[in-house]
Amino acid sequence: MILAIMIGILLAGGLLCWAATRWNIAVAKWIALLAVLLDLVIAINLWLQHSAASLTGSNVWFINYQANWIPSFGISFHLALDGLSLVLLLLTFFLGALGVLCSWNEIKERTGFYYFNLLWTLAGITGVFVALDLFLFYFFWEVMLVPMFFLIGIWGDTNRRYAAYKFFIFTQAGGLLMLISILALYFINGAQTGTYSYDYFSLLNTKLEPATATLIMSGFLIAFVIKLPMIPFHSWLPDAHSEAPTAGSLILAGLLLKTGAYGIIRFVLPLFPEASAAISWWALLFGVIGIVYGAMLAFAQTDIKRLIAYTSVSHMGFVLVGIFAFREMAMQGVVMQMVTHGISTGALFVLAGMLKERLHTRDIGRMGGLWTSMPAMGGVALLFTMASLGLPLLGSFIAEFLILMGTFPVNPPLTIIATLGLVFSALYSLRLMQKVFLGPVTTEIPMKDLSVREIIVMGAFTVTIVLLGIYPQPVIDMAATVINNLVVRR
Amino acid sequence: MTPLQLTALLPYILLAAASIVVILLIAFKASHTVIQVVGFLLMCGVAVSLFAVKELLPVSILPLFEIDGFALLFTGLIIFCVLVVGLFSFIYFEEREENPKEYYILLFLSTLGAATMTISRHFISLFIGLEILSVSLYALIAYLRTRNNAVEAGMKYLVLAALSSAFLLFGMALIYMETGSMEFSAIAQKLGASSALFITGIGLMVVAIGFKLALVPFHFWAADVYQGAPSPVTSFIATVSKIGVFAVLLRFAQTIHLQSYPLAYFIFAAIAIISMIAGNLLALQQQNIKRLLAYSSISHFGYLLVAFLPGNAGSNEAVFFYLAAYSLTILSAFGIITLLSNRQQDADHPDFYRGLFWRNPLMATVLTAAMLSLAGIPLTAGFMGKFIVLTTGVRQGLWLPVLVLVVTSVFGLYYYLRIISLLFAEAPAAGPKEKTLHPFFYTATYTALIVLVLLLVWIGVFPSGVIEGIKAFL
Repeated sequence: MILAIMIGILLAGGLLCWAATRWNIAVAKWIALLAVLLDLVIAINLWLQHSAASLTGSNVWFINYQANWIPSFGISFHLALDGLSLVLLLLTFFLGALGVLCSWNEIKERTGFYYFNLLWTLAGITGVFVALDLFLFYFFWEVMLVPMFFLIGIWGDTNRRYAAYKFFIFTQAGGLLMLISILALYFINGAQTGTYSYDYFSLLNTKLEPATATLIMSGFLIAFVIKLPMIPFHSWLPDAHSEAPTAGSLILAGLLLKTGAYGIIRFVLPLFPEASAAISWWALLFGVIGIVYGAMLAFAQTDIKRLIAYTSVSHMGFVLVGIFAFREMAMQGVVMQMVTHGISTGALFVLAGMLKERLHTRDIGRMGGLWTSMPAMGGVALLFTMASLGLPLLGSFIAEFLILMGTFPVNPPLTIIATLGLVFSALYSLRLMQKVFLGPVTTEIPMKDLSVREIIVMGAFTVTIVLLGIYPQPVIDMAATVINNLVVRR
Repeated sequence: MTPLQLTALLPYILLAAASIVVILLIAFKASHTVIQVVGFLLMCGVAVSLFAVKELLPVSILPLFEIDGFALLFTGLIIFCVLVVGLFSFIYFEEREENPKEYYILLFLSTLGAATMTISRHFISLFIGLEILSVSLYALIAYLRTRNNAVEAGMKYLVLAALSSAFLLFGMALIYMETGSMEFSAIAQKLGASSALFITGIGLMVVAIGFKLALVPFHFWAADVYQGAPSPVTSFIATVSKIGVFAVLLRFAQTIHLQSYPLAYFIFAAIAIISMIAGNLLALQQQNIKRLLAYSSISHFGYLLVAFLPGNAGSNEAVFFYLAAYSLTILSAFGIITLLSNRQQDADHPDFYRGLFWRNPLMATVLTAAMLSLAGIPLTAGFMGKFIVLTTGVRQGLWLPVLVLVVTSVFGLYYYLRIISLLFAEAPAAGPKEKTLHPFFYTATYTALIVLVLLLVWIGVFPSGVIEGIKAFL
């Protein structure tokens, strides 16, 4: 029930924000912040309750809530929480709260409607991470799109329409293919067992012919790799990321991409164990291509947000590689990568947003020497570019190291190529740092360094990324049972 | 005719009486308001009588009519749509110079035609119903005769509808020649293996049906008529007339097991596929919102045919659910168009909608919900409808139509999103506000629209009740 309440808080908070702007804009902001913080507190509380049980408990599911929804089709309102979901929920509310904070001054028009969309996107994402009825999952999968479309399409940059359409149409295309696959699975399972149900646990027992399994799986997989994104389905991502407002980019990079990875881990691997093993080599290949190609594209960008967007393509390549290595260590790396990429890339997007607020441009060519006027921002930016290139002591290092270690026994040549990705990441990160913060000063605009609100936002990012780099064990422990079950079952 | 049969016919008799009552009211020089209110009450009376006769069913009135749960359900949907259309009509026609009163006679007559089709079990009643519907529609489409587009649209519809009726009659004649009967059930009995004559007959009838439902390749009238007709009439064509025709198609197909003839099945599958593709592609570049909705309706009836193809009980449910969801959606969309229309022209140009959200959030929210529902996005009835159609298709293993449905609805997203983003675009300076003529009717229309949207969302989130209701009737 608590899970439904968490989603409900966001939905109700969104409506309240919208209604509140009629009287006072500041109230709307505070309502949004409080709603997300409330959920964050609940999630932390859940974490504290279950962190002990996560290692010892034999039951993977901390919370399992089921209620009838559309009984005649076997659809139920089934939410459940395990370690993996909890990690991602915590990330959702953490980034959500920062998203609200970093839009505090950026959004000056239609504020209430903005926060409405922001909170509803978060509600959809929360739903995706906890839904265990496949129909419900699809429902949330789509629900998070529409508000995101508005976020990009209304508060985005100059080319926002195009980006918003592209984002929506790409994701929707994948989503509908997934819907067909869900239906096919539903009928095959129903024919075998006699009871028609969309419930995750009953669909897990479906027996499939290898050819059918591959077909059905590809429906799911396409939906998820579009979101992830995997080369060649990545072309929506740079547009959407660069045009979206700061909080939009933060949520896209930090959370929406994770729903793709989550979908593969939660649905594709358990539902189609043989079929997914059969394509693992291809998945590794595309993952590695993504790592290298994404990094090369990132190096070539002149637009700071596009640059960061392509680094996401590269980093999510690691996720794909890690998942399809089917090793415990790689999978732990994947969970870490999902969290740390959300934080480090999210932080970079927020920094890009702050730069844009001050300079009114995203063009790297027109930046330079900003360290002199904004030393604090420069320092934070250095930290996160280092995190992005995988410097030890910072979270991303742990994640990528675990993934590479775990994948090496499976496929040494591809892993070696993937490791090259780290070299490329050093290239683009250093180029970003050098062009923007070092070098000769190019602008005459007097620049203010970080404000108190911005220091709070960046401080939160900094603390978490460093903590995760030094002591990642809690996250790994929390997801350990889930990963164990996943890897052991095959 | 026994008293039982007469009682069962009560809703239809009331409906027929409605037009006569309106004629009398006009003869006694009643005002537009009075006619509107009386008409509304009469339609409510029909709706109530539908509930009253529910217990008696099924009643056959041989050889023409069969009044059963199926008929009642479709008639109910038709009456609901007419109630809403009638409400929209008041503010629309009150603002025009033309005399609005005779409009209601035609409206109720064509409703009678559509309702007759839902209960017909015989070619004669089918044809009479269809003609009552069409003849009234000719006049309705060209009702604002001083406008350029209206007469053109009316003529176009007249010529093509007359042609399609000829096809229909010829098809019926061929089937009669083969089987010696015009009753659906008798045809089903006498029909052995599929013969060339029978298939030709079906083929000719498909032309007429396809014309009425605006399916590709019989869709050429749709955009012009949608654009030229007054907005309430367009919404009437989009809902009532198509519901009636689809009801009779469904009953006919079910009685003679149309889908078991491979060639007929193939024809319908092909029509479904090309309607989905052509409708969505043609809509992509439309700027005029009424034309856009015309093409979108073509594709939606293509989707509907996917649910029609399996030809079992599940497909009836799916079809009805989809029709209900679609009607709700399209009525909300046309409600907004009607409200925004002014004395000179209908609100079909994109400029009417640019930045509407910042001027009138309520209207824009309604239209956004309608567009999302047409696009089949969750939380709306349109999504549930599409989901149920897909379920029916996948269960039957219709992979090709299902895949086409999915791919084309992704194309479709583009133009629905375009309208939505138009609503949220930067607002131009607001034009001078037109004075509202009849506060009561404006309030009523707004209320109706809000109710429609709430229903849209309610059905989208909790469809169980509706599905159970449909199952109980069918």
